[in-house]
Amino acid sequence: MTTPTLVPYPEAVERYDPTIGLETHVELGTRTKLFCGCPAVFGGEPNTQTCPTCLGLPGSLPVPSRTAIEYAIKIGLALNCSIAEWCRFARKNYFYPDMPKDFQISQYDEPLCTDGWLDVTVEDENGAEHQVRVGIERVHMEEDTGKSLHVGGATGRIHGADYSLVDYNRAGIPLVEIVTKPITGTGALAPLVARAYVTELRDVLRSLGVSDVRMEEGSLRCDVNTSIAPRGSAVLGTRTETKNVNSLRSVERAVRSEIEREAGVLDAGGTVALETRHFHEDTGITTSGRIKEESEDYRYFPEPDLVPLAPPREWVEQIRRTLPELPSARRARLQAEWGLSDKDLAALRNAEAIDLVADTVTAGASPADARKWWLGELSRRAHETSTELSALAITPAQVARVAALVGSGALNDKLARQVLDGVLAGEGDPDEVVKTRNLAVVSDDGALLTAVDEAIAANPEVAAKIRDGKIAAAGVLVGAVMKATRGKADAARVRELILERLG
Amino acid sequence: MSTDLTRLTAAELSDELKAKNVSAAEVTQAHLDRIARADGDVHAFLHVAADQALAAAADIDRRRAAGEQLGPLAGVPVALKDVLTTVDMPTTAGSKILDGWQPPYDATITRRLREAGAIILGKTNMDEFAMGSSTENSAFGPSHNPWDLDRVPGGSSGGSAAAVAAFEAPLAVGTDTGGSIRQPASVCGITGVKPTYGGNSRYGLIAFASSLDTPGPLARTVLDAALLQEAISGHDPMDATSIPEAAPPVVAAARQADVAGLRIGVVTELSGEGYQPGVLARFQQAVELLESLGAKVTEVSCPHFVYALSAYYLIAPSECSSNLARFDAMRYGLRVGDDGTHSAEEVMALTREAGFGAEVKRRIMLGTYALSSGYYDAYYGKAQQVRTLIARDFEAAFGQADVLVSPTTPTTAFKIGERADDPMAMYLADLATIPSNLAGNAALSVPCGLAPEDNLPVGLQIMAPVLADDRAYRVAAAAEAAFTERWGHPLLADATGPNSLSAKETSR
Repeated sequence: MTTPTLVPYPEAVERYDPTIGLETHVELGTRTKLFCGCPAVFGGEPNTQTCPTCLGLPGSLPVPSRTAIEYAIKIGLALNCSIAEWCRFARKNYFYPDMPKDFQISQYDEPLCTDGWLDVTVEDENGAEHQVRVGIERVHMEEDTGKSLHVGGATGRIHGADYSLVDYNRAGIPLVEIVTKPITGTGALAPLVARAYVTELRDVLRSLGVSDVRMEEGSLRCDVNTSIAPRGSAVLGTRTETKNVNSLRSVERAVRSEIEREAGVLDAGGTVALETRHFHEDTGITTSGRIKEESEDYRYFPEPDLVPLAPPREWVEQIRRTLPELPSARRARLQAEWGLSDKDLAALRNAEAIDLVADTVTAGASPADARKWWLGELSRRAHETSTELSALAITPAQVARVAALVGSGALNDKLARQVLDGVLAGEGDPDEVVKTRNLAVVSDDGALLTAVDEAIAANPEVAAKIRDGKIAAAGVLVGAVMKATRGKADAARVRELILERLG
Repeated sequence: MSTDLTRLTAAELSDELKAKNVSAAEVTQAHLDRIARADGDVHAFLHVAADQALAAAADIDRRRAAGEQLGPLAGVPVALKDVLTTVDMPTTAGSKILDGWQPPYDATITRRLREAGAIILGKTNMDEFAMGSSTENSAFGPSHNPWDLDRVPGGSSGGSAAAVAAFEAPLAVGTDTGGSIRQPASVCGITGVKPTYGGNSRYGLIAFASSLDTPGPLARTVLDAALLQEAISGHDPMDATSIPEAAPPVVAAARQADVAGLRIGVVTELSGEGYQPGVLARFQQAVELLESLGAKVTEVSCPHFVYALSAYYLIAPSECSSNLARFDAMRYGLRVGDDGTHSAEEVMALTREAGFGAEVKRRIMLGTYALSSGYYDAYYGKAQQVRTLIARDFEAAFGQADVLVSPTTPTTAFKIGERADDPMAMYLADLATIPSNLAGNAALSVPCGLAPEDNLPVGLQIMAPVLADDRAYRVAAAAEAAFTERWGHPLLADATGPNSLSAKETSR
């Protein structure tokens, strides 16, 4: 098969309408696995977090975790879904070594949550905002599989491997799968909508406290379906399912790349194959996985080891009452409280700094100060070290303390940056860093006056100008004093003292 | 003590042990001796755990001597069908694919028996994965009916039934998916109960068909069955299908043993054509006996029962095709082809090819087909609808009668090999027992005499509504008392035909 030419994106979306759909797997942050009491934790020596049930030993039986069901209902409610009054788990049958029972307990035609929506906002290239309502088809529960490690061979896949090792620690960890309805009519914005959806979904899940939603660790996994059809066509094109999309940026890139590729295929008179594709982070393109010539027959049937799931309405309503303020409402509230423009808010969101700023404000800083430090100095540090802002070794409370020290005049901005250095280097709280690094502003006029007099003596021409009323020239002397005190002086006080001496 | 301890019932043993007339060690040793003498002929056991049994018995004797209050089964031996997991004994489900597998955990029933102080003698033979009606599908050879060693003891819990009938154990646990307790109890001349589905935990029961599998007791008397049932029943949080309601008071019901004023419904569809004349004759006598004891007998119709067998042979294979998928050589059990030249997929296929017997493969294929996309609605879906109709038939019938009765099996024990090549004939053995598995209600089999034409035991099936197990015990105990009085002795005392174990023993 020849590699089709990619059609440049603007041209592709000029002639084709993209339709996308997203299937997101979320690992729930429950204490135990979905059907047994084993701890649902990452890592650990292989096969230590297991029991007869999650190993699928003969005779073992699943018993559903109430917490996992509650989390799934929470997600459904937050996504405006209907919660089924009666539904069932189903068995999805297929043989694979990392599936302890050679079937997965999932849900098939009776999902727990159906028919919801999530609003997302995207900005087009002209800076105009568009709100898109993404329909949610279903939210259902299932158990995770074990993890295979294929040793030897070139691909790291099972074919060609010398041998394989299986770790069942992950087997039985609760997953929720969230499936969107087809998202149509977004045109050139489709890749941005896909990214905005996953971002918003992640924020909703995080606010619910049901998952740690880390894409890079796999606790949030996303498959992206993409199809295109000639502009104005009533018939949807054949979709591909792209896997291995492991970051928000990749979601956007994968959709964009698929649109370019599919346009190339259609332009060349070909047909898009119904297939699974793999996204490659390094090259930004997708390659063919397995062709779904005949759809695999999973022989789904209702799981006979479990009774139907019929969440009582009072329970559902009780869960609804415990829902936290959702991210979109919270953003609107904070924007108003902090007096932010849309642009300011967008900057905070893009930097993933809303929670950090909010926590810093809670710790006593003004919204302006909190924003200044997180978006300024700290963002720069994060960027330099390629870490996430939230992963920096500093807490909102520590940032608030630094802001307070600056506000009281005990630190100036330059000293404050050194305090941040100290905190990030693990030297302790801001007050300890100030003490051990001896960073307090020199506020003793006696000490300052000596420096002021030395500066005047060293710069007679400047002193003369000031005496002649050219007060602006005082900056040069202030700078000299600051240099002499290695930045520890309060610049405003220095200026006052200079003007008094020469006034 | 001169009495042969193996001839006592569990209730009698319980009394003797409590009165300290015998020790658990003596009782256990007596049964181990009996197994050593008889099991070469009967082959009821796949594994005898003599050391563990004697150690458990010594522990009970020590505790009793120390004045500890012990339950009724403390020191009483029991045999376990090899489909229930045991940490200290192999568990094979009668299959080569699990040959030698020792589970790392006890089934809930195993655990409850240990907690009750019962002495587990060992694991009994069964049709592979409980699929069969004769134990001929065991990978380890068939068991033999103590009444006639050339005949099958029924199945799939044939080893459990044969062990009890051969006095190798006073009690045994079996499992009943389509009749696998009641049918062997019937053809071995003992009592066997399939409790209400969900009444006994399935945790640690190697699944055949999850929605049908029901563990239950086999014993030589109705009271003994009740004593065993009360020791193992009750809600289990490890089994999501275990019912939360309190277990029915079956021991009290077995002691009550009267039928005065009870309405007994004879199910039209469960007798007549296809039933052996002697079976029908004994069944008719049993109904007359119950009537003479004061029961009111009526005839009830359950029109959908005629579809029960067909529905069962879609539902059970479908579930088994999925339940048995896990035997893939990856984690435990047999592994074939792991020589570095085969892929994981090939090892799975080679292992399953070598490890499963013909009947298991037949049912896996039936079930795989029935669940396939495009066939699901016509087969599995339709069968589930039939299941609902059968449950409704029961509901209507229980509106007219307190219990329903039928012969347990259409025929007495057949000859080993006679039906081995005819699966349909084999499947028909469960004709009368399957409806209660599909509906989940309680049903038991109690001996009602010997068929005149072959002098082999006939069983009376008594069916009660869901959670009304005690009603079936009450009627069964009444029938048992009246029959014993009429015969002058328990039915098993008649087991002296030319091919019987007793005849063999007498001739020694």
